[in-house]
Amino acid sequence: MAVLDLKSKLAILSDAAKYDASCASSGGRKRDSLGGKGVGSTEGMGICHAYAPDGRCISLLKILLTNFCIYDCAYCINRSSSNVKRARFTLEEVVDLTLGFYKRNYIEGLFLSSGIIRSGDYTMEEMVRVAKTLREVHDFRGYIHLKLIPEASPALVLEAGLYADRVSINIELPKDESLTALAPEKDVGVIKKAMGGVRLAIEEHAPSGNGTAQPKKYVTGQSTQLIVGADEAADGDILARSESLYGSYGLKRVYYSAFSPIPDSSSRLPPQKPPLMREHRLYQADWLMRYYGFERAEIAAPGQNLDLAVDPKLAWALANRDRFPIDVNKADREMLLRIPGLGVKSVDGLVILRRQKRVRLDDLKKLCGSEKKLRPFVIADDWTPGPLGDADNLTPHLPCDAAPQQLSLF
Amino acid sequence: MRVARLSSEIDFDGWRRQARTLRAQGVAPEHVIWTVEGEGDLFGEETAAPVVEPTFTVSREFVALAQSVIQHRSPERLPLLYRLLWRLREEPNLLSVVTDPDVLKASHFDQAVHRASHKMKAFVRFREVPGETEAYAAWFEPPHRVTEATAPFFARRFSGMAWSLLTPDTCAHWDGAQLSFSPGADRSQAPADDALEEAWATYFASIFNPARLNASAMQQHMPKRYWRNLPETRLIPNLIATAQERTAAMVQSAPTTPSRRTMKVALRMARDRPAEGGAPSNLEEVAAGVDVCRRCDLWRDATQGVAGEGPGRARLMFVGEQPGDQEDLAGHPFVGPAGKVLDRALAEAGVPRSETYVTNAVKHFKHEPRGKRRLHKTPDRGEVQACRWWLDAERRIVRPHVIVALGATAALSVFGKATPIAANRGQALQLPDQAQAVVTYHPSFLLRVPDEAAKAKAYAEFVEDLKLAWSLAA
Repeated sequence: MAVLDLKSKLAILSDAAKYDASCASSGGRKRDSLGGKGVGSTEGMGICHAYAPDGRCISLLKILLTNFCIYDCAYCINRSSSNVKRARFTLEEVVDLTLGFYKRNYIEGLFLSSGIIRSGDYTMEEMVRVAKTLREVHDFRGYIHLKLIPEASPALVLEAGLYADRVSINIELPKDESLTALAPEKDVGVIKKAMGGVRLAIEEHAPSGNGTAQPKKYVTGQSTQLIVGADEAADGDILARSESLYGSYGLKRVYYSAFSPIPDSSSRLPPQKPPLMREHRLYQADWLMRYYGFERAEIAAPGQNLDLAVDPKLAWALANRDRFPIDVNKADREMLLRIPGLGVKSVDGLVILRRQKRVRLDDLKKLCGSEKKLRPFVIADDWTPGPLGDADNLTPHLPCDAAPQQLSLF
Repeated sequence: MRVARLSSEIDFDGWRRQARTLRAQGVAPEHVIWTVEGEGDLFGEETAAPVVEPTFTVSREFVALAQSVIQHRSPERLPLLYRLLWRLREEPNLLSVVTDPDVLKASHFDQAVHRASHKMKAFVRFREVPGETEAYAAWFEPPHRVTEATAPFFARRFSGMAWSLLTPDTCAHWDGAQLSFSPGADRSQAPADDALEEAWATYFASIFNPARLNASAMQQHMPKRYWRNLPETRLIPNLIATAQERTAAMVQSAPTTPSRRTMKVALRMARDRPAEGGAPSNLEEVAAGVDVCRRCDLWRDATQGVAGEGPGRARLMFVGEQPGDQEDLAGHPFVGPAGKVLDRALAEAGVPRSETYVTNAVKHFKHEPRGKRRLHKTPDRGEVQACRWWLDAERRIVRPHVIVALGATAALSVFGKATPIAANRGQALQLPDQAQAVVTYHPSFLLRVPDEAAKAKAYAEFVEDLKLAWSLAA
C-alpha cells in the first residue's frame, strides 16, 4: 500500500468523521494554561472557530484515528464492506496536528473517534494513549472529546474519562431492531451498559454537595447521536428513545443527524437527500423537553411524526387552544414558556419587566423582535385576541415560517 | 454646554470620573458634549477641574453594562451612558425596564460588544513569526473596540507561547509572563502566511458535507466582514459551487452490494441468536440469559438484566422486587439506597450477606421518565409472571432452605399468588418445594414510612424477620 502523506490522511480521516454531528466544546471544567508549560483553556462556553458551508460549527479537530473497521454498519461510510480509501494516523501525527491547530487558534481541542481495529480494547487503548500524551507530555489544557468503544473493557472506558472533557457513544439507530439489522456487530445492551458505567463514574467524581471538596479531574458529561431517516422509526419513537437516554444516563446532549447519502453507499439503505427539516423539528422538540418543561408525551406519541409545517411548540398550542390566551401580566413562568414565539430569554426579560410595569403588546414586540406570532395566544395590558383567539383556523393569521434554518448546536 | 473629554475611546475611568462630577453638579445630559482626546473640539467650555462631589452609588450591574457599552464604536454610546446614569437617580429600577428605549439601546450595544469579543476569540488566526521559535502573531479587525478587554482570554489560553494580536486600534502582546499593549498597527506588520494553513484548509473542506449545503446559516454565524482574515474562507465559493453536483453523484451512484464477508456475518448473527426455551443449568447461564431476555418488554428501556448474586449453594435467598436506578446502571442487585438499608439491617441481625443469595422477582428496571430522571414503577402481574421463569431457575439451582420475600411483588412471585405482608410476616411459611419462606417489608418501604415512630417499629420488625429467617436456615 502506498504511503500517504499527512494531508491525504487528514482529508480521508476528517471526511470519515463528518457524519458525527457533535462538535460542542462547552461544559468542560473551567481551567487555563497559566502556570503550566503548555497551552489550552476551557471557560465553560464553547467557541465555534469556523463554520463550514453546511452551516455547521467547526469547534474541534474532529478526526478518526483510523477508518479501517472490522464492523459493517450499513449506514456508515467506514463499514468494512465499503470501498472508501483507508488511512491511519500515528499518535504523533494526531498530537502534532492538535497542538499546531490549537496554537493558531483554529480549534478548541480534539474530537477523536476511530474505526474498530483488531479489537475494542486495542482501539480504545490507542485513543486513550493520544489523550494521555496530550495531557501529560504536552500539558494540553484544551478540550478533548473521546468517542468510547462500548465493547472495550470497563476499566479502559473509565480511564478515558481521566483525560477527556466529554465522552460519547453513538446509538445511531433509534430502534433496537434496526440496530440489530443494520449494525450486526453492535449490541445495544453493551452500549447501554457502557453509558451506565460512565454515569456512575461521573457521579462518583462530581464535587460533593458540601462544596468543600476539590472537584476531581474527570470527564463532566456524555452524549450520543441518533440517525434520522435511516430506519423506520417515527419522530415519536426517536423522542421516546431520547427521553429514556436523558433520564437513564444523564446525557448532556442527544444529537440528531439526518441520514446523509455517503459515497459508496450500501444497497440496504436508499440513497436520498438528508431530511434536514425533520432533523430541525426534532431538535426543537428536544429543546422543549429540556428547557421548556414539556413532557415527551405532550409532543409526540410513539409511532407519530412531528408536523414539518409548524414547529412543535406552535403545534402544541394549536392542539391545546383551551389553555390560551395567556395573560402575560399574570401567568407563571411555566405557562409563559408555552406561548409560541416566546423563547427562554424573552420570558426571563418579561418576568423582570412586569415587576416594573404593566406589559403591553409593544413591550412584547421589543422583547422578541416580532409579536405577530404571539397575538392570538396572549392577553397584554392593551391587547386581547378577541375573535381571533377563537378562530377555527389560525394559520392565515400567523406569519409564515421563514425558510428552515439549521439550529446552532450550542 | 459642557465638554467632557476622555483620554481614549474606551477610557472608562475617565468617563466615570467626569460623569460623576457632572451628575453631582446637576448638568443635564442635553448640556454635555462627550469627546475623546485628539478630536477637534468646536463647542463649549472645558470641564471644570473635577470637584469632590457627594458620591452616590449605582448598581454593579450598571457598571458592568457601562464597561461593556463603552467598547462599542458608536459615538452615541457616551451620551447614552450618561443619560442612563442621569435617569438612574430618579428611576433606580430603570435597568429592569428592559423595553425602555435607552435601556434597550444600551442592551443592544452590550450584545454587539459581547458578540464582537466572542467572534474575536473564535476568528483570530495566529501565524508563526518567521525566524523565531514558538512566537505567533495575528492581524484582526474587530467591529468594536474589544481588544483590551479580550486580550486576557488569549493570555489565559496561550500562556505557554509568545504572541501578538495586531489590530487597527491597539495591539496586545504576551511574552509568556506579561500582557502589554501598544498603539494600532496595520496588516503588513503581521506574518503573511503560515505553513499549517494548507492543512487547516484541507480540514475545512473535508469536514463539510455537501449534501447539507446551507450557506446562509454559515454566513449568519461567520459574517463576511471577517472573511478576509480567515484563510479557510478562500475555499468557500468552490465548495458551494460543486456541492450540488457532488451530492447528486452520491445519490445517483449505484449502491455497492454488501461484500461476501458481510453476508457471512449476518448469517452467523442469525445462527448465534440466543435460543429461547432451554432452561439454564447454572448461575452463569442465568446471568447471561437474563441479560438478553425478551420475555417481556421491560428490557427496552432498561440498561441491563440484573440477575441474582451470591454463593451457588446459599441456604438463604432474598428476593426483592426489581433493580432500581443504581442497580440498573451497575448491574448488581441491591446496591442503591434500598440495598444500604438491607445491608444495615443484615448487619444488625447478624446475617452475613456474602453467605446469602440476593436476587429480584423481576430482573429489569421498570420506570417511567420524568424530566431528566426516572421514576420507579411497580411491575405488573404479567411481568412478574414472565420473569418467574428466571426466579424458578435460580431456586432450582441454588436450592435455598429459606426464601425471604421482600415486599408484595416478591411474595407474589415466590408463592405464585398475592400474599399480603402484614398478615403473613413474622412466621415461617411452607413452600411446595421443601423450602420455607418468610415474607417481610421491602427495604425501600422502610425509607418511605412518613411517621418516625412507625418507621422505627417497621424497621425493628424487619430486623426480627431477618433473624428469624437466618435461624430457620441454620
